[in-house]
Amino acid sequence: MCGNEALAEAAIIAGCDAYFGYPITPQNEIPAYMSRRMPEEGRVFVQSESELAAINMVFGASATGKRAMTSSSSPGISLMQEGMSYLAGAELPAVVVNVMRGGPGLGNISPSQGDYFQATRGGGHGDYHTIVFGPSSVQELVDCMPLAFDLADQYRMTAVVLADGILGQMMEPIRLPSGPPRRFDGEKKPRRKPPPKDWALTGAKDRPQNIVRSLWLGEGVLEKLNYKLKAKYEQVEKSEVLCEQYKVDDADIVVVAYGIAARIVRGAVQKAREGGIKIGWIRPITLWPFPTEQISKAANEFRLFLTVELSNGQMLEDVKLAVAGKAPVLFYGRPGGGVPTVDEILDKIRQLSIPQKRPATKRRIKKQ
Amino acid sequence: MKTVFKRTPTIKDYPTHYCPGCGHGIAHRLIAEAIDELNIRHRTIGIAPVGCAVLAYNYFDVDMVEVAHGRAPAVATGMKRTNPDKIIFSYQGDGDLAAIGTAEIIHAAHRAEKITVIFINNAVFGMTGGQMAPTTVLGQVTATTPQGRTAASEGYPLQISELLAILPGAIYVERRALSSPGQVHKAKKAIKHAFELQVNSAPGLSLVELLSPCPTYWRMTPAEAMDWIEKEMTKVFPLGCLKDVSRDL
Repeated sequence: MCGNEALAEAAIIAGCDAYFGYPITPQNEIPAYMSRRMPEEGRVFVQSESELAAINMVFGASATGKRAMTSSSSPGISLMQEGMSYLAGAELPAVVVNVMRGGPGLGNISPSQGDYFQATRGGGHGDYHTIVFGPSSVQELVDCMPLAFDLADQYRMTAVVLADGILGQMMEPIRLPSGPPRRFDGEKKPRRKPPPKDWALTGAKDRPQNIVRSLWLGEGVLEKLNYKLKAKYEQVEKSEVLCEQYKVDDADIVVVAYGIAARIVRGAVQKAREGGIKIGWIRPITLWPFPTEQISKAANEFRLFLTVELSNGQMLEDVKLAVAGKAPVLFYGRPGGGVPTVDEILDKIRQLSIPQKRPATKRRIKKQ
Repeated sequence: MKTVFKRTPTIKDYPTHYCPGCGHGIAHRLIAEAIDELNIRHRTIGIAPVGCAVLAYNYFDVDMVEVAHGRAPAVATGMKRTNPDKIIFSYQGDGDLAAIGTAEIIHAAHRAEKITVIFINNAVFGMTGGQMAPTTVLGQVTATTPQGRTAASEGYPLQISELLAILPGAIYVERRALSSPGQVHKAKKAIKHAFELQVNSAPGLSLVELLSPCPTYWRMTPAEAMDWIEKEMTKVFPLGCLKDVSRDL
């Protein structure tokens, strides 16, 4: 199974009731797989006329309380931003998979991480966030699907799975969630039980009418909704950060990377360690909420930070915000579908001059 | 005292936000009557558009959702496919259905979605201030056609119901007007038939277009607006049943 097919099967296991999508490379295996498997399971598959329609079909199914998802790649995800903003305003759960390709514009069909800004800053109009996963293996792609559905339901938000062309196409041995479903972090914790969907549109039988809406014209009403969303987002930031670290404690250099870039970085760091360089890595698994605390903590000891991305530097901004001037943050990236090799990153690491000590003249930032 | 006329249960007791002489109130009432007569209130889900009728959920006492401009048929698709036992209707204006949502309505019909669409054609964008709609007739003065619509510059009024009627997936398409008591009765009959088809799981989309007055942006009195529908609008948008597959069954 390639990554695309594996995540599709994981979505079915996770309880996805309906899949809506429109063809675009490099994620075409997802709708193809779903078109076969969803009817087999007695569930819904519809090939939509556009990504605009696909996300609104998700909106419709979700408004009735069903678990719905769509998938696309970068240009298609741009078209979905309208619907994702409405999903946020109406507080509807949804799962959106973006198998990123090179951009801007039609770009190319090579792997990329160029949609980080779009994914982690909301993406559409208005003040909102989506939960964003940046898995770095086919197994993680599989494991994050049940969690994406559960978190989407729990917080009534969209969960975005930010994959890329390599992950989507790559074949790896995987373990599908079976028996007691595995949590994303590999623990054998039981899956969460999201609250009942008493807000869903199921027909106003023996209860007052339910309304799902995002228009609030009354004075101050929309402001209130936005404060409610903010409180929810703060809760997510507090509770749902996932990140992995490797040999950070004694490291002079910490590489920060996610997704397929982290996979390449892992090899480079391994080689650098073997060559005697004290180096480790931090790998955000959730990109929003971002592991700000973990990176900030690592920056309390003076060391070099190197961010590696398949872009011109997008997550770089979040790393800088987390480091908050406490240490230098450098960047290496390949945009537009370029993929660095392990040796390329290793060369970059070797070029770094490793600081021996924090300069004495620098003032320590006082704890608030 | 004997009650001779009252609200039908699916219409809520709520102050109207529509302008004097607006057709939305009539259309709402007819839909609510059809829902009550078919006894489907408890399993109906309505979709409000972007436009003056965005607040339709203030009036209809059924589960309702409000969606992005033009996307109602896609939302309806998501709802009906996952809930085949529910009755799904969208309520859309001419800007919503015939401009920004053209792709969604054509493809919902093309896929033969088993949904009901009530299409309100008042030949202008009402909520945004009376701009030209695809259905604005030639010569009509609007906020964005100050000299009147011309074919050379703005093209011709779009007869989207005729376009939809040629699709096999659209099983019932009828155009009616809200311009006189007689026409209102015929409109009611069409709306009820459209819902009935869905209740009977008829294999496709049913749509009723209603020519509806907008005195505010037509710059007319309510009575003049009713007159204008019958004298001018029906020339471009002739009334009648464009297609009814159930007749042939």
